[in-house]
Amino acid sequence: MVNSSVTQPQRWGWVLGLSLTLIGLMIFAAGIGAYPVSQSEILAHLWQRGLGASVSPQLDRVLFEIRFPRVLASAIVGAVLAAAGCAYQGLFRNPLVSPDILGVSTGAGLGAALGILLSLSIAAIQILAFIGGLATVALVYAVASLVRHREATLVLVLAGVVIGSLAGATLSLIKVLADPYDQLPAITFWLLGSFASIRVADVTAVLPAVMVSLIPMILLRWRMNVLSLGDEEARALGVHPGRLRGVLVIAATLMTAAAVSIAGVIGWVGLIIPHMARLLVGPNFARLLPVAMLMGACFLVLIDTLARSLTATETPIGILTAFFGAPVFLVLLARSRRGWQ
Amino acid sequence: MLTRILLTVCTLWLPTWALAERTVTDSAGRTVTLPDRVERVYAAGPPASILTYMVAPDTLTGWPRAHHAYERPFISPEYVDLPITGRLTGRGSTANLELVLASKPDLILDFGSIRSTYVSLAEETQAQTGIPYLLIDGRFENTAAALRLMGDILGVPERGERLARYAETLFAEIDAVLATLPEEARPSVYLARGPEGLETGVKGSINTEIIERVGGRNIADYGEKIAMQRNLINMSMEEILASDPDIILTWDRQFFDRVFRDPLWADVRAVKERRVYFAPSAPFGWIDRPPSINRLMGLKWLTGLLYPEHFQFDLKEAVREYYQLFYHVDVAEADLNQLVSWSTPQ
Repeated sequence: MVNSSVTQPQRWGWVLGLSLTLIGLMIFAAGIGAYPVSQSEILAHLWQRGLGASVSPQLDRVLFEIRFPRVLASAIVGAVLAAAGCAYQGLFRNPLVSPDILGVSTGAGLGAALGILLSLSIAAIQILAFIGGLATVALVYAVASLVRHREATLVLVLAGVVIGSLAGATLSLIKVLADPYDQLPAITFWLLGSFASIRVADVTAVLPAVMVSLIPMILLRWRMNVLSLGDEEARALGVHPGRLRGVLVIAATLMTAAAVSIAGVIGWVGLIIPHMARLLVGPNFARLLPVAMLMGACFLVLIDTLARSLTATETPIGILTAFFGAPVFLVLLARSRRGWQ
Repeated sequence: MLTRILLTVCTLWLPTWALAERTVTDSAGRTVTLPDRVERVYAAGPPASILTYMVAPDTLTGWPRAHHAYERPFISPEYVDLPITGRLTGRGSTANLELVLASKPDLILDFGSIRSTYVSLAEETQAQTGIPYLLIDGRFENTAAALRLMGDILGVPERGERLARYAETLFAEIDAVLATLPEEARPSVYLARGPEGLETGVKGSINTEIIERVGGRNIADYGEKIAMQRNLINMSMEEILASDPDIILTWDRQFFDRVFRDPLWADVRAVKERRVYFAPSAPFGWIDRPPSINRLMGLKWLTGLLYPEHFQFDLKEAVREYYQLFYHVDVAEADLNQLVSWSTPQ
C-alpha cells in the first residue's frame, strides 16, 4: 500500500503543499473572467482600495460581488463534495460510492425543479433544493431503518437507489409539466450545475451548514477508521456502527445539500477526488479528509475557471467535471483492478 | 359579393370538390398531398396552434396545453376551451398518436425551425398515421408567405392575404426606420430569460430573432456556428457587465421585479437608463414564447421603444387592432389597460 511508505512529516507536507496550491489557484482564477480587466489592474485596484482611495465602483462590484464570491464558492463546493465523498466511501466501505448514493443530489434537483415550476424566487428555489436533498436522504434512512437486516449498509444503498429513482421520476414529471419555452431550459441549466450566478449571499448562506457538518467529521475521524473495518469489528472495538453512521450521513448530507443548493448538481468530484487523495496519503480518514477537501477545492476552482474561459459562452460545470472525471476514474479503476487480482 | 357567388358555386360543386386533391411543397422541400378542403388541423406544437388559430380558428382541433387564467381573456371564448392535444414536437412528445388520429385531422401542421429532426419526425408520423404533415418555416422572413399559404390551404385566402399584408406593412415600416439609422445608432440588446435573468438566446437563434428584426444588436453574439448548435445559453454577470447592453428585454416577472433593486445589475447601462422592458405574454408572448406570429405585436412595440423619435404610434390602439385582427377578440378595456401598463416602461 502507498500509505505505509508515507511518513508523518510527508503527510502534513501534502496538506501544506495543497493549501499553497489552492491559494495560488484562487489568485490565478480571480484574475480570469469575462469582464475585461487585467491582473495588474486588479492588483492596483486592491492596493488603492486597501489604502482607502476612491476606486471604480463598477470594477469593485465585479471583483467583490461577482468574481471573488464565485472563486470562493467553487473552492467551498469542491471541498464539501470531496469531504462528503470521503465520508460516504468510508461509511459504505465501497470506493465506488459518491455523495449522491442516498439521493441527495436528485432530491435537491427535484426541489429546485419544483421551485422553478412554481415560478418562485431564487432564494426560495435554493431553499427548496436544500430541503429536497435533506428530505430525500431522510426518507431513504427511514425506509432503511424499517427494514431490519443484518447488512445495514446494503439495505441503505438499496433504499437510496429506489427512493433516488422515484425522485428522478418525479423530476421528469415536473419537466413534462414545465413550460417548454422558459421553465424547462431553466431546470436543465440548474441540473447541469453552474457557478455563473453565485452571489455573496450564497456563500454566506452555505458556510454555516458546511461548518456545522464538518465538526462531527473531524471529531469522529478515528472512529470512522474503525467503521471501515466492518460492523462486527467496530462493535468489538466499542463503536456503535449504526449511531456513528447516522451522525456521519447527516453531516455529509447537510453539507452536500447546501453545496448543491447554490451550485446545482455537480457530479464526479465526490467520486474521484477521494480516490486521488487516498493514492496520496492512504485511507486513514484523519489525513484523507483534509487532503481530499483541499484537492476538491483545487479541482473545482480550476474547472470553474475553465468553465468561464474555455469557450465564448459559459460551459455548464457538470459537463466539464464529467469530461475530466470520467477518464481519471477509468484509469483509477484499471489500476485498482490490478491490485485486486 | 364575388365571394358569395364563389361560395355558392363551391357549395354546388361540393361532391367533386371534396374528392379533389392538391400538392403543396412545404418549407423543408417535401411535397405533401392535401385534400382540397382542410377542415381540421392538428397543431404539432404551440407555434403551429397560434398560426392556425389566427388564420382559421374553426379548423383547430385543440391547444397543445391548457391556458393559464391570465391568458384566457385574450383568446376568443369560442375557442379558449378547445381540447388539450399535447405536443408532437420539441423536447419530448406529450401527444398520444391514437388521440391525434381520433380527432380526425386532415392535416398535421408544424411551424418553426426546420431541422432534420423535425423533418424526419414529420416523415415518420405521416407514414404512420397516413395524415399529411406540413412543416412551415417560422422565421420572420417567412411570416407573410406562411400566412398566405395557410390561408390558401384552409380555404380562407382573403384572410391569409389580410394578415400577410399586416406583417408586410409592419416590416416595411421598420425597414424604413432602419434605413435612416446608421449601424452605430442601433442599440445593443440583451434578452434576459429565467428567474436570474442569466439565460439568453444566442444571436441567430429563433428565440432572439426579434432583436435582429428590429435592428438591435444581440450581445450574445458568438457567430453562426454556435447558433446552429445551441439556442439557449447561460450568461455570467461579468459577461453582461462587460458587454453593457443599452436595452434589456424580459418576460420574466421575477427578474423584472428585481432588476432595478439588485445591486449587481445597477451598473448595467440599460438599468441605469431604465431601459429594461417587460414584454407581456398574454395570450402568447410578445417577443418569443413561442416563436410564432404572436411576435408581430412585440415587433411593433419594440420598434417604438427602440426608436421613439422615428416610430410613433398609439400603443393601446395598436394592441386593440392586433388582438382583434389576429386573436379574434375585442379585448375588454380593463384587460387592454393591463397589457398596456405591463408593456409601458416604468
